[in-house]
Amino acid sequence: MTLPPLDSPQWDGSLKAFAFGLRATSATILSVVLFVTFIGIGALAHDTHFSMLWAILSTVLVWAGPAQIILVSTLGSGQTILQSAIAVTMSAIRLFPMVVAVLPLIRGPNTKRRHLVLIAHFTAVTLWVECYRFLPHVPRERRIAFVHGLGSGLMAVALVATIIGYLLAANLSQTFGAAVLLLTPLAFLFSTLRNAKELADVLALGLGLVLYPVAAQLNSGVDILISGVVAGTIAFGAHKWRERREAA
Amino acid sequence: MSDFIGDWHALFVLLVAGVIPNQIWRLLGLWFGSGLDEGSDLLMWVKAVATAILAGVIAQILVQPPGALASVTWGLRYGAVVAGLAAFLASRRSIFAGVVCGEMVMLAGKWWLG
Repeated sequence: MTLPPLDSPQWDGSLKAFAFGLRATSATILSVVLFVTFIGIGALAHDTHFSMLWAILSTVLVWAGPAQIILVSTLGSGQTILQSAIAVTMSAIRLFPMVVAVLPLIRGPNTKRRHLVLIAHFTAVTLWVECYRFLPHVPRERRIAFVHGLGSGLMAVALVATIIGYLLAANLSQTFGAAVLLLTPLAFLFSTLRNAKELADVLALGLGLVLYPVAAQLNSGVDILISGVVAGTIAFGAHKWRERREAA
Repeated sequence: MSDFIGDWHALFVLLVAGVIPNQIWRLLGLWFGSGLDEGSDLLMWVKAVATAILAGVIAQILVQPPGALASVTWGLRYGAVVAGLAAFLASRRSIFAGVVCGEMVMLAGKWWLG
């Protein structure tokens, strides 16, 4: 999709900017990835015995695929509320630097903090990536409206997918039900690998995959946290070690 | 209708274990965001741990599969992911190619093995 030039009269009015943002969601492969991911999340919520409303609210209010999957699978495997909350909050820490990075792109001289609340809510990996791509082509005074449109569009895609996934899991044969559930690990594995820029990211992913089955033998109830902290710390250490060697 | 809503306890758990622990970080970003170095060691470590936790969840779904996925033998589950990974790498990191290939291998295998 090509947006009009920055000084075009087509940018007059917030509603038009909102519509451009909404339409931008149809111009990205990430919408397809988002759709596939949330089909998996809807199906997972069904097969771990959560209600349709629960699945819908989790997509609208949590709005973070990894956190939703962690929440569903930890609660589904019988862990306590506290253990789930800790695992969710660890996975959500990455939203903090994302919000910090996105807001300066959107903020103008007269922007108040309350104008940015909804944008902070919409911020997740997909919106983050798309802001870097689209915002240079959006006049600064229209960026809030544009991102509201973009975020609404992405959330609508995810919401429809959540509902479809939930219904599919309820009505499909066992084979196709299994295929829908397999979407989640595949989509997350490849999209995380694609976004991995540093050695530390790839190492953390690989070690996390390998160490979880080992940690699961402990049966501690916080196996995912244990394997995550150990694998993440090793990956970080390896990154620092390489950095220091290169500096020397 | 009650099937649609489910039980209120589960919705409360969603709020306490899902919504609040997640949104707190977006709010903190909104309030204290300015003047933070994105390349700092602390954030690097946090990012690595978050990635490894996500990897653990991916592994958990494959090792201890929920619902209908449990009907697929472990060899086929891992085989499908490895085949998807090969397609992802061969297609110069196309997520779509990886997902489609993994799914095809799983469905073909299940159909073949019965």
